[in-house]
Amino acid sequence: MFLARVYVTLKPTVNDPQGLTIRGGLHSLGFTGVDSVRAGKYMEIRIDAPDRAAAEAQVTEMCRKLLANPVIEDFRFEVE
Amino acid sequence: MNFAVLVFPGTWSDRDCLYVLRDGLGQQASPVWHKEPDLSAFDAVVIPGGFSYGDHLRCGAIARFSPVMEAVVRHADAGKPVIGICNGFQILCESHLLPGALMRNDSLQFRCMDTHLRIDNPHTMFTSAGSAGQVLRVPISHGEGNYYADADTIARLEDERRVVFRYVTPAGGQTAAANPNGSLNNIAGIINERGNVLGMMPHPERAGDALTGGTDGLVIFRSMIESALAVAG
Repeated sequence: MFLARVYVTLKPTVNDPQGLTIRGGLHSLGFTGVDSVRAGKYMEIRIDAPDRAAAEAQVTEMCRKLLANPVIEDFRFEVE
Repeated sequence: MNFAVLVFPGTWSDRDCLYVLRDGLGQQASPVWHKEPDLSAFDAVVIPGGFSYGDHLRCGAIARFSPVMEAVVRHADAGKPVIGICNGFQILCESHLLPGALMRNDSLQFRCMDTHLRIDNPHTMFTSAGSAGQVLRVPISHGEGNYYADADTIARLEDERRVVFRYVTPAGGQTAAANPNGSLNNIAGIINERGNVLGMMPHPERAGDALTGGTDGLVIFRSMIESALAVAG
């Protein structure tokens, strides 16, 4: 059994109002050094696969087909 | 004209669509559950608003894989009309029947209010009963209607006059204040290259009866009906 940790983030060119709002909240808490915040999604996926390479191939396909929207999002993951 | 009104788990505007099409405009319209793999009996498909699959992951991301969506793609490929409203627009983008994506409103707030839409292209099967520059008062009801596409896609949509509706002031002015969600270029509705698939965030079916605040939305359904008659005639 493998565990994939998947991170889906907005592309750098895409505006992130949620991140901007979180940054504002951090500033008002006194964290004035916060330059920027980008919000994203984190998923843990347990998969049964014959080996690590097969698991990685499956997760890549999952990200391309469903977990990330290539119009606005990038993805990366680690499998252990 | 025979309309299929698709129903996914979480769709909520299907009854309003059915009411306007049947009672308001005297058309045939049937609710079609998302497991249905065949839409060949229908002239037009309406993908109504709502929160299909609870908007989980991304709005429309899961609905895209419902069996009925393969039938919608075939219907669109055959050149027949498809209109996606609100969540329906999001599903059409997720299905790649329309370009771009609908992101969180720039205000981060759910917006439920009247908006004013300017018809920027009256030469479509969804707007032919209207006129260029005509302003329609149609409500929105969404948290994720902020239209985004990369710069090349936006330029192409504009060049090809595929931006059909834009958020404007009641007098028709395209201003930042008239934009309820941060959509690029105040985009409220677009069509595909072929011109038979429309996605729009505002709800024309909720501007379909004088009793509930106006009938400006009817021009869209009337256009579809008249365009179908013109083809048949």
